[in-house]
Amino acid sequence: MANSIKVRASEKDGVTTVKALMTHPMETGARKDSKTGQNIPAHFIQEVVCKHKGNTVMTAEWSGGVSKNPYLSFKFTGAAKGDELELTWTDNKGESDSMTSPIK
Amino acid sequence: MSTEMKRRIFLKRSLAAGSVGIAAATGLLAPQQVLAAWNKTAFEAKDLDSALNALLGSADMSESGEIKVKAPDIAENGTVVPITVETDMSGVESIAVIASNNPVPLVANFVLGPGALSFVSTRIKMGKTGDVIGVVKAGGKLYSAKKEVKVTIGGCGG
Repeated sequence: MANSIKVRASEKDGVTTVKALMTHPMETGARKDSKTGQNIPAHFIQEVVCKHKGNTVMTAEWSGGVSKNPYLSFKFTGAAKGDELELTWTDNKGESDSMTSPIK
Repeated sequence: MSTEMKRRIFLKRSLAAGSVGIAAATGLLAPQQVLAAWNKTAFEAKDLDSALNALLGSADMSESGEIKVKAPDIAENGTVVPITVETDMSGVESIAVIASNNPVPLVANFVLGPGALSFVSTRIKMGKTGDVIGVVKAGGKLYSAKKEVKVTIGGCGG
């Protein structure tokens, strides 16, 4: 599961823009399997935490209403080029993945 | 096979089954411990007011022209609707994203840490035509802005 996250963070004029793509089915639990007629069990990312130097910059809490293979973008100040940014997601089954990426 | 032998096998099997049961039970408990912060009530609420009450403690919000909700006018595919919420307000604590006509209206809540700018962008699912509402919590109060998105093909279920 180590490659489920792609992060690009770039710093310009003191503002760091983070763009992240995660690979995840994001099943709401309301969708039906067309073959069996059974509901597909819910499986979605509940929490994404983004840290810079140990400080939490942003926490995203999600329902199953976020699209499959979620995209997330946000901005923050106080980071320099070369700093490391850590992004971690956790889903409703307790699975999680983490990725550390340098800020460019 | 003697009765004694059968008894042995029976004991062995029941012991094995017992330990599997314990492992499953602890496995089921683990996710809840990890996700103590995730607001189950709010993210499972079927209507907007109870979701907001559970998440932010109030559903009382005033519309603000300072919040910009960017979303397409028409979404041909409701499974992927790109949205952006940003504001120039100061003291923003969190930004919630709501799709008013979804079965579960609260889509996402972004808690901004120190240094984070009031800008979030993501892609959401929309079941049918409705408003995308950005709810900004600033200085303990709620402000909102909305944008209607027409959905041609729904993205929730069916």
